[in-house]
Amino acid sequence: MNEHVKPPRTLPRFSATFDPYTLSEIRRAAATGIYDIRGAGAKRKLPHFDDLLFLGASISRYPLEGYREKCETGVVLGTRFAKKPIELKIPITIAGMSFGSLSAQAKEALGRGATIAGTSTTTGDGGMTPEEREHSKTLVYQVLPSRYGLNPDDLRRADAIEVVVGQGAKPGGGGMLLGQKIGPRVAKMRTLPEGIDQRSACRHPDWTGPDDLEIKIEELREITDWEKPIYVKVGASRPYYDTALAVKAGADVVVLDGMQGGTAATQEVFIEHVGLPTLAALPLAVQALQDLGMHRKVQLIISGGIRSGADVAKALALGADAVAIGTAALVALGDNDPALEEEYAKLGTTAGAYDDWHEGRDPAGITTQDEALAARLDPVLGGRRLANYLAVMTLEAQTIARACGKSHLHNLEPEDLVALTVEAAAMARVPLAGTNWVPGRN
Amino acid sequence: MTAMVEPAVFDLATTPLRELNRTLHALRPDTNMRHWRVINPAGRHAIACGLDAPITVEIEGHAGYYCAGHNKQATVIVHGNAGVGVAENMMSGFVHVKGDASQSAGASAHGGLLLIEGNAAARCGISLKGADIIVKGSVGHMSAFMAQAGTLIVFGDAGEALGDSIYEARLFVRGSVASLGADCIAKEMRDEHRALLAGKLEAAGLAGEVDISEFTRYGSARRLYNFHIDNAGAY
Amino acid sequence: MCGIVGLFAKTERLQPELGAHLAQMLAIMSDRGPDSAGFAVYSAPVPGAIKLTLRAPEGYDFEAMASRLGGALGAVPNITVRATHAVLAIPAGTLASAKSWLAEHAPEASIVGIGETMEIYKEVGLPAKVAERFGLAAMAGTHGIGHTRMATESAVTTKGAHPFSTGPDQCLVHNGSLSNHNGLRRTLMREGLSFETDNDSEVAAAYLTAQIKGGKSLGEALEASLEDLDGFFTFVVGTGTGFGVLRDPIACKPAVMAETEDYVAFGSEYRALAVLPGIESANVWEPEPAKVYFWEKAA
Repeated sequence: MNEHVKPPRTLPRFSATFDPYTLSEIRRAAATGIYDIRGAGAKRKLPHFDDLLFLGASISRYPLEGYREKCETGVVLGTRFAKKPIELKIPITIAGMSFGSLSAQAKEALGRGATIAGTSTTTGDGGMTPEEREHSKTLVYQVLPSRYGLNPDDLRRADAIEVVVGQGAKPGGGGMLLGQKIGPRVAKMRTLPEGIDQRSACRHPDWTGPDDLEIKIEELREITDWEKPIYVKVGASRPYYDTALAVKAGADVVVLDGMQGGTAATQEVFIEHVGLPTLAALPLAVQALQDLGMHRKVQLIISGGIRSGADVAKALALGADAVAIGTAALVALGDNDPALEEEYAKLGTTAGAYDDWHEGRDPAGITTQDEALAARLDPVLGGRRLANYLAVMTLEAQTIARACGKSHLHNLEPEDLVALTVEAAAMARVPLAGTNWVPGRN
Repeated sequence: MTAMVEPAVFDLATTPLRELNRTLHALRPDTNMRHWRVINPAGRHAIACGLDAPITVEIEGHAGYYCAGHNKQATVIVHGNAGVGVAENMMSGFVHVKGDASQSAGASAHGGLLLIEGNAAARCGISLKGADIIVKGSVGHMSAFMAQAGTLIVFGDAGEALGDSIYEARLFVRGSVASLGADCIAKEMRDEHRALLAGKLEAAGLAGEVDISEFTRYGSARRLYNFHIDNAGAY
Repeated sequence: MCGIVGLFAKTERLQPELGAHLAQMLAIMSDRGPDSAGFAVYSAPVPGAIKLTLRAPEGYDFEAMASRLGGALGAVPNITVRATHAVLAIPAGTLASAKSWLAEHAPEASIVGIGETMEIYKEVGLPAKVAERFGLAAMAGTHGIGHTRMATESAVTTKGAHPFSTGPDQCLVHNGSLSNHNGLRRTLMREGLSFETDNDSEVAAAYLTAQIKGGKSLGEALEASLEDLDGFFTFVVGTGTGFGVLRDPIACKPAVMAETEDYVAFGSEYRALAVLPGIESANVWEPEPAKVYFWEKAA
């Protein structure tokens, strides 16, 4: 035997089950004794809008010319009961994100950008800041289980009220904000001691269940003299029932957030292992509305992984009246920008993967309360960037809609779509491309 | 000179609730229509909610849910019982329930005084954010759950899990406490606490009704303020 | 999610008006439950007979069926028809034969309740309409419970409406949402019980039935439910002699009671009680969590 020639070895192989990320997490848990907390939404691969394609016009259908032949984009929210429904120029809204999870500058930037684009922003689990009210022409005010900062003056200053039952990242969970981000201003707004880790309720303090939600909605209407649309927001879980119950409880608008929807902070296991993908949730909500004869009468806003005009068009085609963006809006402002790679590296991460927002050390100055970091975000520039991004998404959606022969984005319908995978076909209830087959339906 | 004006009367048996609340909301801060009576409430919900004027509203009978919800400045007197969430999210003013209060009385209230002559049910003062609540009877289980600021004063007993997950609210209970919630402990009554308690009782017109020394003070042990795995059992 | 009402007449004075009051209380609870409604009334027994409440499709000929059943039993049973329901009074002792006859010869008619005094009616539709269809306002009795339904996770069907019968002269109504009913249903099915719906309340009723069959009293069965049922619930249970109330330990779902010399009443909201005579001076209070309450007629 020639001792210098070693026998060949197989290639090193990672386990799909015990993959490197999983190994690192087990090591981390063993070292710290605490669950992993992070921000953002579900990161794992899920059936999503990318698995759907539009069928553009050809001989059987005719397209619209760009520019001259209008493709309208406006939407009215809250037509059911409110005296002053909300009219938006585009069917893309900014989802609820708290001052506390975001800096004041970020909230201002979102308000500015949304106003330029003719759409709304939403407060979050910490109340309404003067910056956001001042800079956001249309502001939706959340009523959450924690009730931090809730007050009747802000109810009256709001343009709509959103009763939050849950969010997609953590259906059944409450808010989370750690001490690093509970600085003086946040603490005061939330009536909490500075620097503590906020413990939040997961249920509302004075109602549980749709029968009592109905009475709560009545109270909110009475306080605001029936002027404002009342939204009910749920994380995607049992969206058929939840949508039906929101309608029965008296909602004007249902907001449904899929598991790709982001959060400021919660347990990683909650984000990845609880909830439904947006694609699976949306058709169930639409069906509930149709079964009640309330589709388009109670409007549906879908959120969770909306990234482009294609996603907007697909969501509308499947029956939503509008979409909301959260994560994407932050990226437009500058979140996870590769230009800051050096700083991400110092935090032990890399641009595009940074999600430890709860630590409050965001180099982009968005998910932080640190004054120096927050000052890095110029709200005017940020607003401009957001407005640009919203304009692009709108143009993209219009491009697709025109190609499908639609003069209004709302005229997109499920029959304009096909699916690339069996899962997506089953979830979206559209045929597998090249076939008539809708799994589970025929 | 203040002219004596007869209280305006709203009969909820014949007038819609919407008209009552709309009228009360439309009052200017300098209104001389400062005294209102609501008759035949019959358990209607959201009576006198969202008030924002220095007026007095007397409800003659039992109120339903969220009576005087989000109250600012006003005095609301319920000559009867009040349903779920009386004075919820109150910002200022005075709400006086002559009978009993149902669950979540004073939930998330930021300011003002809620006085309950009878008993309050479960979750009295849940999520309290700075208001004062005085209950001359007893309170039910999970009272002062996650109470952040303000005071809850109970002449009678408290049910299970008092002050569960409490932040900085102060609790004074004269009777027995069935059990304490996570991170809620009995605390020493020092002179400053006795003075605080006496001051609150006097402001409510209850000075001398009960012996201050019979109260026990409860509050946060502050062990859950920063997450530590050894406290996981409390979560 | 739902509304519950209950009324127990302590004195004879209220008995002729029982149905009228219950009908009003039910209508007031429509907001909480617009989908369907049902009620159980404990009315006059028929001497020597057992009452079967049957439900059948619209237009079913109950009288013809009763004649045929009479042929099998040897005497035509007394029958009262109210819309889609009918109460058959069969001679005590013929219950088993009647049930097997019905199963074989009248499968479209299902048995909603059995008892000496209990009659159960339930239907899809607005509560006020349901009460009207079955003439609740004219019914007399010693006690009754009613339910208005806002279906949460199961379909809006008549079968899904409450009350659910748990045994002779026993039935259950529920406000809340159980979280372990699917596993419990499978366990009970293995023990031989059958189910008509995917409704969590039906599971609660079957659970109590199984416990009672196993030898527990109703009170003991309700105590056991605190251990075995998970989720949020307010239960009101009707029995031959009275009614019981139980709230889960967390007790988020509402429950209000009122008592005078003449009655004990239950409502999910005080509004439902506000129409009762003497309510201004009634003792109004809320049942405590995890505590079984019971009111019954003296023997």
